[in-house]
Amino acid sequence: MTEITMTPETRQSAHRIQLALLSVLIIGLVIAPFVLYPVFLMKVLCFALFASAFNLLLGFTGLLSFGHAAFFGGAAYFTAHAVKEWGFPPEAGILLGVVGAAFMGLIIGFFAIRRQGIYFAMITLALSQMFFFFCLQSEFTKGEDGLQGVPRGHLLGFIDLSQPLNMYFFVLAVFAIGVFMVWRIVHSPFGMILRSIRENENRAISLGYSVNLYKLAAFVMSAALAGLAGGLKALVFQFATLTDVAWQMSGEVILMTLLGGIGTIFGPIFGAAFVVTVQNYLSTTGFPVTVLTGLIFIVCVLVFRRGIVGEFNASRLAAKLGLRSRN
Amino acid sequence: MWRNCPPEWTPCTKFWGYSAVTMIFGIPIQAFLGQLLIGLINGSFYAMLSLGLAIIFGLLRVINFAHGAQYMMGAFVGFLLLSWIGVNYWLALLLAPVIVGITGIVIERFALRRLYNLDHLYGLLFTFGLALVIEGGFRYFYGTSGQPYATPALLSGGVNLGFMYLPIYRGWVVVASLIVCIGTWLLIEKTKLGAYLRAATENPTLVQSFGVNVPFLLTLTYGLGAGLAALAGIMAAPIYQVSPLMGSNLIIVVFAIVVVGGMGSIMGAIVTGYMLGILEGLTKVFYPEASNIVIFVIMAIVLLVRPAGLFGRDA
Repeated sequence: MTEITMTPETRQSAHRIQLALLSVLIIGLVIAPFVLYPVFLMKVLCFALFASAFNLLLGFTGLLSFGHAAFFGGAAYFTAHAVKEWGFPPEAGILLGVVGAAFMGLIIGFFAIRRQGIYFAMITLALSQMFFFFCLQSEFTKGEDGLQGVPRGHLLGFIDLSQPLNMYFFVLAVFAIGVFMVWRIVHSPFGMILRSIRENENRAISLGYSVNLYKLAAFVMSAALAGLAGGLKALVFQFATLTDVAWQMSGEVILMTLLGGIGTIFGPIFGAAFVVTVQNYLSTTGFPVTVLTGLIFIVCVLVFRRGIVGEFNASRLAAKLGLRSRN
Repeated sequence: MWRNCPPEWTPCTKFWGYSAVTMIFGIPIQAFLGQLLIGLINGSFYAMLSLGLAIIFGLLRVINFAHGAQYMMGAFVGFLLLSWIGVNYWLALLLAPVIVGITGIVIERFALRRLYNLDHLYGLLFTFGLALVIEGGFRYFYGTSGQPYATPALLSGGVNLGFMYLPIYRGWVVVASLIVCIGTWLLIEKTKLGAYLRAATENPTLVQSFGVNVPFLLTLTYGLGAGLAALAGIMAAPIYQVSPLMGSNLIIVVFAIVVVGGMGSIMGAIVTGYMLGILEGLTKVFYPEASNIVIFVIMAIVLLVRPAGLFGRDA
């Protein structure tokens, strides 16, 4: 990618434009629940956070996990169980989900990082399928029924989350924190090392980095953030089911990231919004969702590998606005 | 009769009452042998599928996620040929792999081929999308319920081996899959075409410079792999019912088997397939709760002890 020369002035104006775009996005998200159906928006935000967490691994570390549903769905179960059966407040329930997902990430990651590339994908897929069977058979997930009727409870004891708007802004806040964490990780020295592993693993090893440790750390962080999204989703929909841990869910999050733009901060958010919207729309028409999902996959892989945001970043407009990513 | 029962029904469960119960490790020997047979049959399918995956991966460097969907297509093509134009099992055994193989060739020629120069993960994602389209499409038209496929008359019935009752069709599956696996192995290890394939696996550029049409070999290989999956599918049709989702969970187990075996050798894929099938069957006898996950557990152990896989070379 050609570097465009930047004078301090253009850089400053580019920075201003970026801030303006970001504030438009934030204002849009604040106004949105008064215009659109809040549960739908919350679903989008949950999946956007899930996809961002996944992208931390695929986009910035170069590891394709085919088993992220285990963390998302696992955390949904943990949160739902803690809130419903143990009477945890929502924030503690979500925290438990995050910790649980991170722990699972540690175990699955420990095995998966022993192989690279395609094998890594197959191992994560197999281990998450193992977790799926565990959920299918174990008592606490209630099998095919799932955990239903999870109460949303009161945030910090006084904010009633059963009010849709309260819940929405809670979800929005958690989403913002989650995405900010991804952004912070990516733009830290740690994130730079992750990127160097993505670009050339052997080189990173020869430079003396303990690559496996970094990979595992990235895997655990990604799992924890996916767990954050999963726990949140359990509270939004007030149930946790096998759908959340099935391999189709892992496929969906890959699609969201791929469609939005691998390795971009905003790509997974747009990808998730697009996929959730399309699914919502299709569910009323009777057209098989899987077929369309598969078709989008095929088209993305064949001709649209940069994704929505990736294509935008590579466009002339983005160059003019000074948004072109320099990595 | 047991033939129309779900696969987890042991053929011999119905016969427990008929003979004196001999015990082995505290398990009735009939149950033991029955599960061993089921394990061997599952292993036959695992072997055929992981063989196809290994062949495709060896040459194309693509993990064919659509393998399960192609297995399902094989069974469906057989089923549809029978119900539409009355093609019998034996002809379907030939036609289903050819038809699915041709679809594979078309896909490779027009789409998959474009991805060879990219990261191998794109091949996985492409075939994943393909699997979703195929399975979603079949599910849309045929629903999720299974369609029975009658066992061919020649192979119906069973023989009483004294210690257990062996349905002839299941015996046939074990024998036929062994023949297919060994035949494929011979094709790759002992024929000129196989030599080209192996050479192209090692160094495609060099082989092409000798005047061998490597792109054509790649197309052919993908067709062959898809055809093998379809052959397994049509063979599975009388045992398991024909349903759009019959391949989707199976493929993940086969992936685990491939990780255990390593992609290094064709024979490795075959042996690992049978071995893990049998092991899974035995787990059903001794600790049924774990039978779903035993292969994944073994995968985890192998990753700890020998990350490259039992027969794999270090990548």
